[in-house]
Amino acid sequence: MSIDAPAKVIPQARLITTKPRVSDQIFRGIVTAFSFSALIILALIAAFLLLKGFSTLKEQGLGFITNFEWSVTTDDAGKEIADFGLQAMLIGTVVISFIALILAVPLAVLTALFLTFYAPERVKKVLVTIVDLMAAFPSILYGLWGLFILMPMAVYWAELLHKWLGWIPLFDVPQPIFTRSPFIAGLVLAVMIIPIITSVSREVFAQTPLDRVQAAYALGATKWGVIKAVVLPFGANGVVGGAMLGLGRAFGETVAVYFVLNIVFRTNFEILFTQGGNVASMIVLKFGEAGPTEVGALMASGLILFLLTLIVNFIANAVVNRTVKSGR
Amino acid sequence: MSTTEVKPTRPWAASPKDRALTASSVLLSVAITVGIVLGTPMKGKLAYFFVFLLTWLIVDSLYVVRKFGAKGVRDGLAAKITLYGAVMVSMAVFSILWATVSEGVAGLNLAFVTENMRNASFFDPIGKGGVLHAIIGTLELILISIIIAVPMGILTALYLTEIKGKAAGLIQFLVQAMSGVPSVVAGLFIYAAIILNTPLRPSAFLGGLALSILMIPTVTRTAQEVLNLVPSDLREAGLAMGATQWKTVALVVLPAARSGLITATILGVARIAGETAPLLFTVGVFDGYNFNPFVGGTGTLPTVIWAGLGAGTPEAAQRAWSAILILLIVVLIMFVLARTVGSRQFKKK
Repeated sequence: MSIDAPAKVIPQARLITTKPRVSDQIFRGIVTAFSFSALIILALIAAFLLLKGFSTLKEQGLGFITNFEWSVTTDDAGKEIADFGLQAMLIGTVVISFIALILAVPLAVLTALFLTFYAPERVKKVLVTIVDLMAAFPSILYGLWGLFILMPMAVYWAELLHKWLGWIPLFDVPQPIFTRSPFIAGLVLAVMIIPIITSVSREVFAQTPLDRVQAAYALGATKWGVIKAVVLPFGANGVVGGAMLGLGRAFGETVAVYFVLNIVFRTNFEILFTQGGNVASMIVLKFGEAGPTEVGALMASGLILFLLTLIVNFIANAVVNRTVKSGR
Repeated sequence: MSTTEVKPTRPWAASPKDRALTASSVLLSVAITVGIVLGTPMKGKLAYFFVFLLTWLIVDSLYVVRKFGAKGVRDGLAAKITLYGAVMVSMAVFSILWATVSEGVAGLNLAFVTENMRNASFFDPIGKGGVLHAIIGTLELILISIIIAVPMGILTALYLTEIKGKAAGLIQFLVQAMSGVPSVVAGLFIYAAIILNTPLRPSAFLGGLALSILMIPTVTRTAQEVLNLVPSDLREAGLAMGATQWKTVALVVLPAARSGLITATILGVARIAGETAPLLFTVGVFDGYNFNPFVGGTGTLPTVIWAGLGAGTPEAAQRAWSAILILLIVVLIMFVLARTVGSRQFKKK
């Protein structure tokens, strides 16, 4: 005996489409539009600084970068004679940033190595918190600390350096005044960029392929042997990228440098002497009493600073991204 | 048949003899350090510290070289030098924290956090006038920046994680570049674009705009990391149930990432709370309360600290230290909040 199967009703095939619904189209449209905010903001910054600084750039030409005079005077006819040159400031910025880099990179790499390979779990947690905290400190706090706490100590160190290494032109000074020097500004900046270099280095070191590390141990390497033969070659690019990110940060640092550097419009390579330059701090210093012409020059300085940091950051990110990706 | 009890041995653990050796090497180094520092014109705690570091390196190497040879010495040196690096970094942090607390406490009193500077100046003795107006101003700025930067940051992060459009690589790169924009440039930009071109004068709103530029990349990058942590099962489940992408994101992905997104916001706030340079161009100066963010200058903690340092008297410097102590407390609260909220999300997984 059999039961007849009920007649099958085959429904119309559902219309399948990959076309998003209207709500999705709106959603995607809004999100995509906002995602371009970064591009728009960066473009606007460049555009407005160029717009306001254009007259200065046109008037001063290449001299804006190669001269080191900075003055606005009025001649007998009441006409303004403006003379703007950033050379001293640009060189000063680079000098300070490199002092910071030379001091910060070894410390940051050592800290990152300690965190990744030596620290016991509990110490590691505390130390990671400390480094993160350091990144969260406001820059004006670094300035205050640099001015009141670090400077007295750093002056003593500078005197020692001058006493023993004064025969090197770099450590010579025309007069024995050691406060507010590029050296001290570099020290403060070094402390400020340590966290960023440390965290990038740590990220890269942690990605060292485990098989290579274990292979090195299996061949009888000591911990230092592993670090030297496997970890450092693997992480070198990442450390360079991290250092460049730090460099970008150091280029743009304003407030902290302002307190610990005596800004003078004279190119100076004697890093222990109380005379230096820094584009960002100079902008803040001159802004207070600037007339319209000078504001234009400050805008042009801002533009150059912006482009400088942008380029450094582009390169740094490219390096870091490549390293971090290749490790995955 | 007799059985022998096998005790687990731990050959790597330090034996009493090793401990004694370590202790004796440390003691010997201390003794040598004291001798060197007293015997030469060096002075100060830091001299003791650095000489000890060097001496310990040498003394301990001498101890090690007998047992493990040159290879052991190099290994020991590497372990110690990395430790030294970490110690020096921590010392800088503790020095900063200690300086802020020890210098700042002296100027703290009830008036300092309940009054404004309307009827007081930087030259008055401590106890007259306070920075409540600046605290309110800073909170105002933070609120404005959150309103502007958080939606933009999260939407950008959504584009990078949910839509993954053609421009994702470019946007990612630009956001990274944007996080490197110097803070002074952000302030100059607002000044050039708005104050020089429109009738708007320096106000809390413009300050908030400048700070948003600095906050967006931080929020975006953290939000992106958090959204990437949301398991794709959840998204697929949402879509498989017939929800549109919009519904999936709004009702599944964002709630799942909620605490992480709060962390992103807090980290962004911590980034901007102490920014000074952009405010010098954009918020103006005011010693009293100003609750209108669009008109008139506003006092903020960073600008008050800045002015206090510029004034140059001991009272002004004292006020600056106390104000920065308050600012640091604000930042620390943000920091701790970000960590607790953030770790809660990771525990759930």
